[in-house]
Amino acid sequence: MIKYALPAVLFFGLLILFALGLGSDPSRIPSPFIDKPVPAFDLPRLKQPSVQISHEDLRGEVTLLNVWASWCVACRHEHELLLSMARDKGLRIVGLNYKDERPDAIAWLNQLGDPYRKSAHDYEGKVGIDLGVYGVPETFVLDKHGIIRYKHIGPITNEVLTTTIYPLLRELRQDNNAPVALITGQDSSG
Amino acid sequence: MVKYLLAVFALLISMQSYAQDIPFDFDSAEQELRYKKLIEEIRCLVCQNQSLADSNAELAQDLREEVYGQMNKGLSNQDIISFLVARYGDFVMYRPPLKKSTWLLWFGPFILLLIGVVVVIRLIKTNTSQAQNILSQQDKEKVQALLQNSDNEGK
Repeated sequence: MIKYALPAVLFFGLLILFALGLGSDPSRIPSPFIDKPVPAFDLPRLKQPSVQISHEDLRGEVTLLNVWASWCVACRHEHELLLSMARDKGLRIVGLNYKDERPDAIAWLNQLGDPYRKSAHDYEGKVGIDLGVYGVPETFVLDKHGIIRYKHIGPITNEVLTTTIYPLLRELRQDNNAPVALITGQDSSG
Repeated sequence: MVKYLLAVFALLISMQSYAQDIPFDFDSAEQELRYKKLIEEIRCLVCQNQSLADSNAELAQDLREEVYGQMNKGLSNQDIISFLVARYGDFVMYRPPLKKSTWLLWFGPFILLLIGVVVVIRLIKTNTSQAQNILSQQDKEKVQALLQNSDNEGK
């Protein structure tokens, strides 16, 4: 009997392996920054280029860091959702305007609405590289301490909001403690 | 006139061999070779089945510039790769590193092959040993009787 069972076992084993493989999308690269502080950056603001915005400005409240550009077609698909999140939920969304011409970006916001409390202008895309950005749009969820808790690749959808992001935001908003112990032992107020 | 145009055309298309918009200057042939080998080891994250050497994507161009810039600052290949892995994860390396988590990826195919070979060998052995015992005792007696009959008829 064993010799009949063995091929069947191997077959089902392979079946499970393939099913698991097909279920995950390898083109979506997981971020190595989960549970780590957002990488340091210092950029001019999009609408006020004489003022700088840095990673320190992302602390203090739960924040969404949304990477966008006026040339990005997929960004339009999530724009309505971002607007309603900012307006109706009072969520702080900070934009990272990626490899965009300033006038084009500002015109885009004027035309479609501006969900961002502030937008940083990453003209050369170097901050994008530091964040591991490889496509637009991408969205990072940061907790009150500026630590990245989740990264979403591609436009935000209602499904992602209800299954992942809103539950995470609820959890993060309740957290009044110091950040989860970091390997570097950084001070949370630093 | 036609020859002139053909010559110009040939010169123009001869520049298409590398997926680069801006040619980089190198201090030495060794540096250039090092750069070319390094960008072949890094994955283009936009066109993920291509290396930085092959891809025309804008991010690939940006990353090539980054690699070039870091080489000029004197950083080693390991430094540059660590820089990219810290931001994009292990996937940015075209060949996955040999870690516990990639053991199955690296050795899996060989293990499966080994299992297959073992199974085939055992199947062959059981088949050949079975062939020797196919005839039952009754059949053997029938065969003997038949052979004797044919011997008798032949005489």
